[in-house]
Formats: sequence, C-alpha cells, structure tokens
Amino acid sequence: MSSAMYERMRANPKFRELVARRGRFAWTLAAIVLVMFYGFVLTVAFNPTSLGQPVSEGSMLTVGVAVELFMFIFFWVLTAVYVKRANGEFDALTQEIVKEAWKDNK
Amino acid sequence: MMRKILYALALASIPFATLAADAVAQTEIQATNWHAIIMFCIFVTMTMGITYWAASRTKSTADFYTAGGGITGFQNGLAIAGDYMSAATLLGLTAMVYTQGYDGYIYMLAFFAGWPIILFLMAERLRNLGKFTFSDITAYRLDQGKVRTMAAISSLTVVCFYLIAQMVGAGQLIKLLFGLEYNVAIFAVGILMMVYVTFGGMVATTWVQIIKACMLLAGGTLVMVLAFSQFGFSYQNLLEKATAVHKLGPKLMYPGSLLADPVTAISLGLGLMFGTAGLPHILMRFFTVTDAKEARKSVLYASGFVAYFFNVIFIMGLCGILIVGQNPDFFEAGKVGGKLIGGGNMVAMHLAKAVGGNMLLGFLAAVAFATILAVVSGLALAGASAISHDLYARVIKKGTASEAAEIRVSKIATICLGFVAIILGILFEKQNIAFMVGLAFGVAAAANFPVLILSMYWKGLTTRGALFGGYGGLVSAVVFVVLSKSVWVDVLGNKAALFPYTQPALFAMPIAFLLAYVFSKTDSSVRAGKEIEAFEDQYVRAQTGYGASGAASH
Repeated sequence: MSSAMYERMRANPKFRELVARRGRFAWTLAAIVLVMFYGFVLTVAFNPTSLGQPVSEGSMLTVGVAVELFMFIFFWVLTAVYVKRANGEFDALTQEIVKEAWKDNK
Repeated sequence: MMRKILYALALASIPFATLAADAVAQTEIQATNWHAIIMFCIFVTMTMGITYWAASRTKSTADFYTAGGGITGFQNGLAIAGDYMSAATLLGLTAMVYTQGYDGYIYMLAFFAGWPIILFLMAERLRNLGKFTFSDITAYRLDQGKVRTMAAISSLTVVCFYLIAQMVGAGQLIKLLFGLEYNVAIFAVGILMMVYVTFGGMVATTWVQIIKACMLLAGGTLVMVLAFSQFGFSYQNLLEKATAVHKLGPKLMYPGSLLADPVTAISLGLGLMFGTAGLPHILMRFFTVTDAKEARKSVLYASGFVAYFFNVIFIMGLCGILIVGQNPDFFEAGKVGGKLIGGGNMVAMHLAKAVGGNMLLGFLAAVAFATILAVVSGLALAGASAISHDLYARVIKKGTASEAAEIRVSKIATICLGFVAIILGILFEKQNIAFMVGLAFGVAAAANFPVLILSMYWKGLTTRGALFGGYGGLVSAVVFVVLSKSVWVDVLGNKAALFPYTQPALFAMPIAFLLAYVFSKTDSSVRAGKEIEAFEDQYVRAQTGYGASGAASH
C-alpha cells in the first residue's frame, strides 16, 4: 500500500520540483559553509601570519578573530535561513504532495 | 518496586556524596569543597526527581529510546547542546585559549562548523528515515543482520572510547573539585548514570541534558561577564594587557604550534566536522522530536547555543591570562608562570573563584560534574540501544522480540556498560588519554559517517559496499591512531611513530568512501539489484517524511 503511495508521490511533478528546489538550496548553503571553512583551514595551514594582522592600525582585533567571529554568526544565520524556508515553503509543498497522493488513493 | 528503589536512591544521594567526602583525606586531592557538593546535590536531587517522574512515562521501547518522539525542537536543541558540550569543552578549551591563544578559537570553529552541514544535508532525512538508532537508516534497504551488526560495532567502539575519555576526566576533575577520591568519583558517575538511564530512559536523559545545558550557559556567562567587566568590556583593553604579559607576546593571536602542519590542520577539520555527524549519541537525539520540522529547529537552537558558548569560552580564556595567570594564589608554591594548582585544565575553575569567590567556584564545579553525567548518560543510552535494538531485537531475534524483552535487554546493557565504564575508568587512571576523544571522532567520521551519508544519498550502495566501507573505515581509523605518535610513542613507548600524523580523518575517510564505492559497484548479485531498486521508495520517504515513525501521544 505504502509502496503505491510512494509511486504516486514520485509521479507528481510537484515532488520533482520539491526535490530540485530544496536540493539546490541545501547544497548551495552547504557549499558556502564548506568553502569558507576549508578556505579558512587552508589559510591557517599555509598562510598563518595573515590571520595575526590587526584589522586596522593600532587595533588589537586581528583578522583571524574577526573572520572567525563573522563565520560563527554567518553560519548560524544560514541555518536560520534554511530552517525558515524549509519549515515554511518546502513543508507546505510536501504536505500538498502527500495530500494529492491520498486523494488519488480513493 | 522500581519507584521505591528510585525514591530511596534520591534520598540516599544527599548523604552519599558527603559521606564519601568524609572518607577521603589524602594528599594531592583538594580540600573538600562544600559549596560544590551542596550545589551538586541539589542538581542530583532535581534530576532524580525527574527520573522518578520519567520512570512512570517510560513504558514502550519508543519511550525508552526516544522519549516517545515528543520532545520539542527547542528542548532538543538545548539537550543536543548539553550532549555536545562536554567538560572537555568547558575546561579544555578555556585552558587552550589560556595557553595557546588563538589556536583554541580555531578548534572551536572546527567543533561548530559541522552543525550547519548536519542541518543542510542530514537532519530531516535522519528524522524521516530513522526510528531509534542510526542503523535504522543504514540498514533501511540493506541486509538487516550484517549491516546492523557492523553499525552496532562501530557505534560501540565510538561509545567506549568516548566513555573512557569522559570517565577518566571525571575522576580527575572530581578529585580536584570536590576533594573526592578518584575511585569514589568514578563509581558515583557510573552509578548515577545507570540510575538515570535504566529508570528514566531517554526522557530522564534528555532532562538531565537540558538542565545541565542551562546551568552551563548561565554559569559560563556569569563568569565571563564578571571577568570581562574588570576590563571595562573592552576587547581592545583586554588584548593589550593580555599580549603584554603572555609568554607568546603578540604571537598570542597568531595560529600557532598546534596546527603547524597543513595535513594535521585539514585532517583535524575533517575529523571534527564529520565526526560530529557520526556520533551515535548525537544522531540518536534526532529521533526524539516529532517530525522533520522540529528536527531542523533543534539544530538551529543547538548551533546557536554552541556558537554562543564557544565565544564565551574564548573571552573566559583570555581573561584567565590576566586574572589567573598573574595571581600567585593559583600557582603551586605561589610561583607565577609555574604549574597551575590542579593542572592546566583548571583555568576556568580558578577564574570562577577569582571573580566570584567560593560560591561561584562551587557552582561551576557542580556544572562540570553535571556535564560529565549528562554526556555519559547520553553515551550509555546510545550504546545500550545499539546492543538491544540493533543486536538483540533485529540481529539475534530478527524482529520477533517483544517490547518488554527489548527494554529489559537495554536496561541490562546499560548496567553492563556502566560497569564497563567504571572498570575502564579505573584501568585508564594513569594513562595518557588525550587521544581518546580524537579517536572517537576519528572512528565516527571514518566508520559511521561515510556509510550513513551514502545510504541516504547514493542509490548504488549495496550491503557488500556498506560492510566494506564501514569495517574499512573502522579498522583504518583505529590502525592510524594506534600507529600515530599519541599511542605508538606516548602510550606504547616506542621511539618513532609509524604513521606521521595524529589525526586519522583525512586518510581513513577516503578509504571508507572508496571501499564502499568499489565494492558496491562490483556487486552484481540479485540482492544488490533489489537493494538499488528499493532506494526509490526510501528516497520519497526521506524527502517527504511520509511513513516516518510518528510521535507517541502522552
């Protein structure tokens, strides 16, 4: 029974739309995090002195600390952005898909 | 019967700690810290009360493993943060900032950066496909017996390494903070953990973690604010003074010796990021919420708390350089720059005493003890569920075990794990266990994560590929660590390490992925064909959550 449900959901064009849209969104955000984080790790590995420079003349705030603090905040904002869109737009679409599969069942 | 025992234990816990403290009067251990013991007893009484309440709500297997799936996203976010931020986080990372400066902050980012990735790529699929353990997902369309056995073995390996690290840390810490003897401390942790988990299951474990997370966040924030206020809340002011007195000088804010070579830096980054995504006690928390929506919210809250707390710790460590590092009271024989009383990990505790007196020190010590208990309970529950749900119910009984029998096995497994933890804790007392947490993360990243992510994303994964990938990752991670400096030289006493790096992830992870890929691709059996076909239905369920195990109503 549930296999038939899955079959109908898969056949629904909205399902393909959901998968494509959410997949694109999730992978884009993941790519941003991975590129920034491993870019940072590579900087630590190959050019550590650049991270110890002050952000401006006379400031005790170094580039490394500023960049990391930015990443802590920015990555968390990205999670908030994802949760907002996934719990709103994507979940609404998911519910439609399940509902339509039920309707066809009758 | 159980309730009676629990009630007795709750009452007994108060004099227990004090009696134990009286019995101890040795050198090395600190003077009995009454503030800490009283505050810890309040914590234990509170959590025992919750366990008593939880015991009445823990009837089915779903209650036991996942609190009936009825935890909200916010509660679970706090519990995940409580599960993830161990005593090593509070004490170890503060100490790392104190001695190494910026390096500690780099570690923190690596511990944090896994969370967004878990959210984007894993959280909702975990919730949609899993029921009690993450093997539910890897074995979803593969051979139940073989794949679950493999996943249970690597889960238990991770749990054991992590338990050793926590238990030994607990013993040392409690000896210092509470003035209790090492073995007494180990038994106290082991027995309290057994009581929480066997009687209260996931409901009690979750609440222990939530309460502990709140205590940790409040305590850490208070110490940070009091310490930072001495510098007028000015980072500029703090850093000018800190770099002036620290032996690293202006180099304090440069990446330093810990991450000197690129391979170690990258391998560590991989291990911490993907290890987080393969820790069984963390993955298990995703099955406690109602649905994918709440699973996503859990990560949002958890990562917010973790990110916030890491920054608090960074400031604490920097303040410690001046407030602790310049005060002769905190050094052995009053010699500034010598050995800190109680060892290097005590910076956070000394800082609490310096800014808030014995009261705050006692509170933070109680928080550290509570932290260990919460993490150990989560680990024990994850280990017990691997034994009872995967090995007993699915592999041995092939799904015919009754719920009552399964719960009984998981309680027995918890008690066994508790004793194993106590014995290992005592055996490893004098050992250098610094590599244990690294090993746990390495095995999680190389054995659990690759098979888990492939089973969710790659249609072509077959049983044969999963087995080779899982066992290959497990064996290579363990072998790399054993042959590295931290075990081969530091523990086994050999002259030179056979494997030049201390972090296994960069090498063990590709091995696991490659083995899983090659042995799946070359698998042309009929069963492999069926497994690949079954991916289609699994995929729809992963995406829509239709058919996912729902929340039990209480």
